Amino acid sequence: MYWEKEIETMPREKLEAMQVERLKATLRQAAKSPHYGRLYKETGFNPDDFKSLADVPKLPLTTKDDLRENWPYGFLAVPREELVRMHSSSGTTGRATVIFHTAGDLNAWTNLVARCMYMTGVRKSDVFQNMMTYGLFTGGLGFHYGAERIGCLVIPAGAGNSKRQIQLMQDFETTVIHIIPSYALHLYSVFEELKVDPRKDTKVKIAFVGAEPHTEKTRRKIEEFYGWKAFNSYGLSEMNGPGVAFECPCQNGLHIWEDSFLVEIIDPQTLQPVPDGEEGELVMTTLRREGMPILRYRTKDLTRILPGPCECGRTHRRIERFKGRTDDMMILKGVNIFPIQIEKKLMEIPGVGTNFQIVLERKGFNDEMIVKVEVAQEFFDGDLLKLERLQRRITEELKGDILITPKVELVEPGSLPKSEGKAVRVIDNRKD
Amino acid sequence: MIVHQISVFAENKPGQLARLTRILGKEKVNIRATTIATTATFGVINLIVDDPQKAIKAIKKDGMMVTTKEVIAVIIEDKPGGLDRLTQMLFKENINVNNAYGFVLDSWKTAVFVVEVDDIARAQKLIEKAGFKTLDDDALSAVEPFHYVKY
Repeated sequence: MYWEKEIETMPREKLEAMQVERLKATLRQAAKSPHYGRLYKETGFNPDDFKSLADVPKLPLTTKDDLRENWPYGFLAVPREELVRMHSSSGTTGRATVIFHTAGDLNAWTNLVARCMYMTGVRKSDVFQNMMTYGLFTGGLGFHYGAERIGCLVIPAGAGNSKRQIQLMQDFETTVIHIIPSYALHLYSVFEELKVDPRKDTKVKIAFVGAEPHTEKTRRKIEEFYGWKAFNSYGLSEMNGPGVAFECPCQNGLHIWEDSFLVEIIDPQTLQPVPDGEEGELVMTTLRREGMPILRYRTKDLTRILPGPCECGRTHRRIERFKGRTDDMMILKGVNIFPIQIEKKLMEIPGVGTNFQIVLERKGFNDEMIVKVEVAQEFFDGDLLKLERLQRRITEELKGDILITPKVELVEPGSLPKSEGKAVRVIDNRKD
Repeated sequence: MIVHQISVFAENKPGQLARLTRILGKEKVNIRATTIATTATFGVINLIVDDPQKAIKAIKKDGMMVTTKEVIAVIIEDKPGGLDRLTQMLFKENINVNNAYGFVLDSWKTAVFVVEVDDIARAQKLIEKAGFKTLDDDALSAVEPFHYVKY
């Protein structure tokens, strides 16, 4: 039932004492990095002044902008030859944040993913089909290594190619899969097309759904369609990737591993901590990372701590399914996209007017991005072909940057609402 | 002679053409000919009107994106083979037609064929050299289709 019983069920008092010790070590380790070294010096902060968890609000916060400004090596606390792996938050130009791991970091990360998977019932005898993009994205390799640690037979299927996915499930009697929720919904139509009944014709019993925000309703739909147990997974590359927080068999909130991460929920405006049960922004500190320790990282994800113990016996607190974000990041097909990326690209293209709008739609089981772009007055000369070329160019350039093919619509100048705030730029019509 | 065609950008959705004709009707601009070219989400409405300057001013004021383009309005005979005489000549001279449309001036006698080409000066010279008459904005404005002014 437990991968590491002692840690997973550790009494809170003992767990918090462990956090203090690990945080002290982390603060000392962080001092070796150019970024935190400079910050400590500027603010006169001394890691030895840190005594208890009550001192945490005094520690500096870290944002994605800090990571970008210190790209690529400004957060490194070890010599570069100690690194064995890098990952990137999303494969986009200019906005990528890079995270490095030492062999020790990878080992700890792998253990956490194994702990999550074991918690849901995955065992050595299972066959795990990883239907995630491998590569810079952490969801592929993170789960791959975790499953191998448990001793599963791992099928590194990668993303896409629905018919082959189903064939692999049947041929090798897959029992556990890892899949993006919107793709899981889409895949069902392929099962129907092939006349394969996932309940009878496959042996799949567990699905990990993550990398994309989704509602409880979507999860229940996936479970209903397939007869699988679907478990919610939360992670972010800055905190390794998958393995940060995961549902236990109770499926009521995600246990966030407090032996490895210090967890806070803060008010995004005042930056002050809020009590358990109250909603706010999730802030996390790595407690075991040597290569690239990160202090009080603002995830921009909104959630709350579910008060009270969990029936499963684990003492690590649970966070609720995510409510949204404090910034304007969009997540589409597992890819993180900021409106600013689209804006930057659009403004480089001659013929594009001043305003644009992003509309996210759910068509059947597929999420789709529509980018409405105003045409510049001076560009229009009555030539339809020229407009079509512009439309194609915008589509190609955006695709190259955000890795998703948007549907580009050219609209009249002045027809879109003027951008007074960034939020106006994005209309998310995705519902269940 | 050169005619000014008006081109209006419009999203491909109901009401766009109605918006344009409402503007022109209110301004008492008479439409001589019109064509629409569309893609899935947008299109271009081309118009030949009696008073292009007035039309443009009104369309712009309403906020629609509009531009003018020089085109050649060629008078052809309204009978079988009438258009063919012109197009054969254009082909012979290797003149590519990007867009074209026509309207009848006097049934079974004369029609106007509007052509959009790349090298308008050269095309015009050749068309006139071949014996075709062309219209300018004023002549077009004076034309009263189906009733009639002799040319």
